[in-house]
Amino acid sequence: MAELNIANETLSDLAATIQNGIGGSLLTMTYTFGELTITVKRDDILDVLQFLRDDTQTQFWNIIDIAGVDYPERKERFEVVYHLLSPRLNARIRIKISTDEETAVKSATDLYPGANWFEREAWDMYGILFSGHPDLRRLLTDYGFEGHPLRKDFPLTGYVEVRYDDEVKRVVYEPVELRQEFRNFDFLSPWEGTDYVLPNQDVGAEKGNEKGGK
Amino acid sequence: MTEHNVRNFNINFGPQHPAAHGVLRLVLELDGEVVERIDPHIGLLHRGTEKLIEYKTYLQAIPYFDRLDYVAPMNQEHAFALAIERLLDIEVPRRGQLIRVLYSEIGRILSHILNITTQALDVGAFTPSLWGFEAREELMVFYERACGARMHSAYIRPGGVHQDLPQKLIDDIDAWCDNSHVVIEDIGNLLTDSRIFKQRNVDIGVVSIEDAWAWGFSGVMVRGSGAAWDLRKSQPYECYEELEFDIPIGKNGDCYDRYLIRMEEMRQSVRIMKQCIAKLNEPEGKGPISNLDGKIVPPKRGEMKKSMEAIIHHFKLYTEGYKVPAGEVYACVEAPKGEFGVYLISDGSNKPYRCKVRAPGLSHLSALDFIGNGHLLADVSAILGSLDIVFGEVDR
Repeated sequence: MAELNIANETLSDLAATIQNGIGGSLLTMTYTFGELTITVKRDDILDVLQFLRDDTQTQFWNIIDIAGVDYPERKERFEVVYHLLSPRLNARIRIKISTDEETAVKSATDLYPGANWFEREAWDMYGILFSGHPDLRRLLTDYGFEGHPLRKDFPLTGYVEVRYDDEVKRVVYEPVELRQEFRNFDFLSPWEGTDYVLPNQDVGAEKGNEKGGK
Repeated sequence: MTEHNVRNFNINFGPQHPAAHGVLRLVLELDGEVVERIDPHIGLLHRGTEKLIEYKTYLQAIPYFDRLDYVAPMNQEHAFALAIERLLDIEVPRRGQLIRVLYSEIGRILSHILNITTQALDVGAFTPSLWGFEAREELMVFYERACGARMHSAYIRPGGVHQDLPQKLIDDIDAWCDNSHVVIEDIGNLLTDSRIFKQRNVDIGVVSIEDAWAWGFSGVMVRGSGAAWDLRKSQPYECYEELEFDIPIGKNGDCYDRYLIRMEEMRQSVRIMKQCIAKLNEPEGKGPISNLDGKIVPPKRGEMKKSMEAIIHHFKLYTEGYKVPAGEVYACVEAPKGEFGVYLISDGSNKPYRCKVRAPGLSHLSALDFIGNGHLLADVSAILGSLDIVFGEVDR
């Protein structure tokens, strides 16, 4: 693995400790914006977390966060990102693993009880499965909600909307109906010209630029 | 007498209960009056903030942060602004930093007043909330005079703050600080030695320091258990390094210790505010409030009357926004409730690819079953009050 140029002494020591301790599980290690990030093998995540928590030179006792991230174009589309804090070293670390819709990640609840709700949230928002979790229910969405709203292919407006129906005297769910299409402007190629579709133009005849604005 | 048919009771606490601090639904399993299991059902205030932010430019996403912990709005914006600044690699001028710290501490007092008084309300003391809300209102006027809104300020922007503070406002905040001990000590005199308040809080909801770390606690919740840990001291941001203040820590890790810490933190916040005001009035404290990079910080109205360049920048920044270099960063601040963090992933476009909000309240509430198990039903509301939960940030 290439030597990292780490300005911070604590983190450079930490990087060496990690490479010695869990070198076999380590895929990459990067140092950007003053933060240390390691990518590890998915199946080894519990060993890595246990090492980071229990080793006397790391002591990452405090679980800060577990976040899911969705990259639909990747083969394993989800990333699970753990943030840990070591109050003793006064250092932070970020651990990443990747997974897909079917493959379960081992739950960290036995090591960090605080991981419980973070994992429930990742399941709720992304549909990331955690094996060995005591109670993997949805956390934030409505009772009976379907789908995983933070996935990139889930529309911002969702699929259903609710209203109180006075005739049946209860809240009813209906497919979402927009008065105006959601406007998502494309700012990435502003100078390449927009691809206006004129009313009488044959659509698709000379559609060159797919990124045209609406 | 024959054996009674003893069975456990399940009760619903909330979401309309006044002691539930918003829209919390607890499913409690009771054996007599002893709580055997607490299952919090959250998400009734879920608005999909993280999803919405992915569809907004960086500047447009700021107001969502006011609506997370709406008791201390600017502290949240601060974390988001710090994350963007680190990705963009820009500096905040000194006056901007001082104003940020000043308003962060106002936010801390706002939050602690609300928490202490509503916790007192939960255990039966009505008066503190009436007194505390008056002081809160005065502080919210300072918010309003700085940015035009009592609560949803959108004041701390990437690069600095939105507008400069008028000198009269700085003087008025100074005068408020000089009199602040009246309201703080009044509330303290009502509660600190109150026999009833102590009976309801001492030795209730004890958390050991090991458990506190493992459950992901931060802020007052770890300080109450004896950890000398405050991000303002241990990982200082802005100009906290040069300010003098003390970090109170508890010994017993119970609700009463956490109450005492919050009281002392308010006094320390006033101390920080006084120092900030003194520094703002020094010659070094005058100057720009925001980074001068015209590609990131929009120009002021006056400049736009004179400069074509300023008009172009204004238009571009408020429609397209700026592009943030690809990368990921985790920025956090010591919010009144604990460590509030923003994990921001940029893909190089003008919108965040992913913005995970790390709310301190979520970790604290997730441990409610662990802390409250075996306590009496009435203690649950005392513990809930001392966890300092605000549903804006728990549900996001």
